[in-house]
Amino acid sequence: MSAVRVLVGTRKGAFILTSDGKRQKWNVSGPHFAGWEIYHLKGSPIDPNRIFASQTSSWFGQIIQRSDDGGKTWTNPGGGPTTTPEGMPKGESNKFVYDNSPQTGKPLTTHQWYDGTQHPWEFKRVWHIEPSLSDPETVYAGVEDAAIFRSTDGGHSWQELAGLRDAQGSKWQPGAGGMCLHTILLDPSDPKRMFIAISSAGAFRTDDAGKTWKPINRGLHSQYIPNPNAEIGHCVHRIAMHPSRPGVLFMQKHWDVMRSDSAGDSWNEVSGNLPTDFGFPIDVHAHEPDTIYVVPIKSDSEHYPPDGKLRVYRSRTGGNEWEALTKGLPQENCYVNVLRDAMAVDSLDKCGVYFGTTGGQVYASADAGDNWAPIVRDLPAVLSVEVQTLP
Amino acid sequence: MIRVILPQHLRTLANVSREVQLDVAGPLTQRSILDALESRYPMLCGTIRDQVTKQRRPLVRFFACEEDLSHEPPDAPLPEKVASGAEPFVILGAIAGG
Repeated sequence: MSAVRVLVGTRKGAFILTSDGKRQKWNVSGPHFAGWEIYHLKGSPIDPNRIFASQTSSWFGQIIQRSDDGGKTWTNPGGGPTTTPEGMPKGESNKFVYDNSPQTGKPLTTHQWYDGTQHPWEFKRVWHIEPSLSDPETVYAGVEDAAIFRSTDGGHSWQELAGLRDAQGSKWQPGAGGMCLHTILLDPSDPKRMFIAISSAGAFRTDDAGKTWKPINRGLHSQYIPNPNAEIGHCVHRIAMHPSRPGVLFMQKHWDVMRSDSAGDSWNEVSGNLPTDFGFPIDVHAHEPDTIYVVPIKSDSEHYPPDGKLRVYRSRTGGNEWEALTKGLPQENCYVNVLRDAMAVDSLDKCGVYFGTTGGQVYASADAGDNWAPIVRDLPAVLSVEVQTLP
Repeated sequence: MIRVILPQHLRTLANVSREVQLDVAGPLTQRSILDALESRYPMLCGTIRDQVTKQRRPLVRFFACEEDLSHEPPDAPLPEKVASGAEPFVILGAIAGG
């Protein structure tokens, strides 16, 4: 019988929620890495028992953890004793070092700083981990300050794909949430194509496995930047795709819900009848490529649902026409937020939809959003939610 | 043997008790202690000082013999009581209020 494993990252540790295919009774495991911020956990689609976790702390920096038994036990993959004659570099899995100029040894590039000067890239943390679709040893990490790193040895060591910073990186600048690369989408039909998104910079695409990148922000319109139609500077909150149709992308921007039918070459707004088009997460139904989900938030200065009602909105038409999903969700006095990486779907029939809140609730729907119930109510603030559908 | 006290989160990460004992080669300094500590517990690399610059992380402090040694040069000799094991070298995270 099928089963579901929900991976929850919170401000104070990770939690793993498991259920059988009925998704009615849940077992809660955790906190793992108690007291640490767990920005993201994600399992390999090739080997579901292999899960990577980003463990981070303002005090003690970045740790990468890996489980090879579905989250029962964890190791710091580059932190063990040297075991090979040539010596695996110790502690390498915690090491994210930006490329320097081979000519000068100085920082490769700089970016805009708050005072208008140029500032070198400084590593803060890993926001998002994206395991390869074809190789369990390969995994990508989206980090702050914005960059993408790749490991080809199961997370032991990491190398930057520095070509991304050539995509007008000198114009990027941090917003209030930091200059983070938070979204990585791998194209299942083309192993050389990836999409990424960066707060306050925009969306970017590579067609050569990460060597070169181009901005894909045409059609975005943002009133909060000097040129609302600029190629760089849009605050993209999240991008989603259906794996059967990777040329169609959906975006939740700072304001506006957008759709591209050209792999990001151009975008059209599909906010339609949403009560507000500000929000963070966006996701796609596992079996219906035109069914998408967002959680509208009142505004950029009031990060909670309009009218104190927590409502997921679903479009079955790929945008523009939206319906509120409310059954089982609080419809009064609710002032939580749902962060960008905190929504996911399973691939059971019917499709399960999950999201976590800054109030510590993780809600699940086993019928594509028609009905909701909390799996847990009182976790620390939820930063991320991922789902694994297990055989 | 010298004695090092780690903050709780790093004890959990390294799977050790409150205090660890280390053999440190050569003159006893912050650098030689941290080199020995990271060599024995590689998962601590990057958690106390930067992986590349080796600078102390901003919210980590070093105490010994009732003194804050955080701003001492990394190669400055540490007190004899630390070298003899009479007093521990304390690594701690800054207090966060709230």
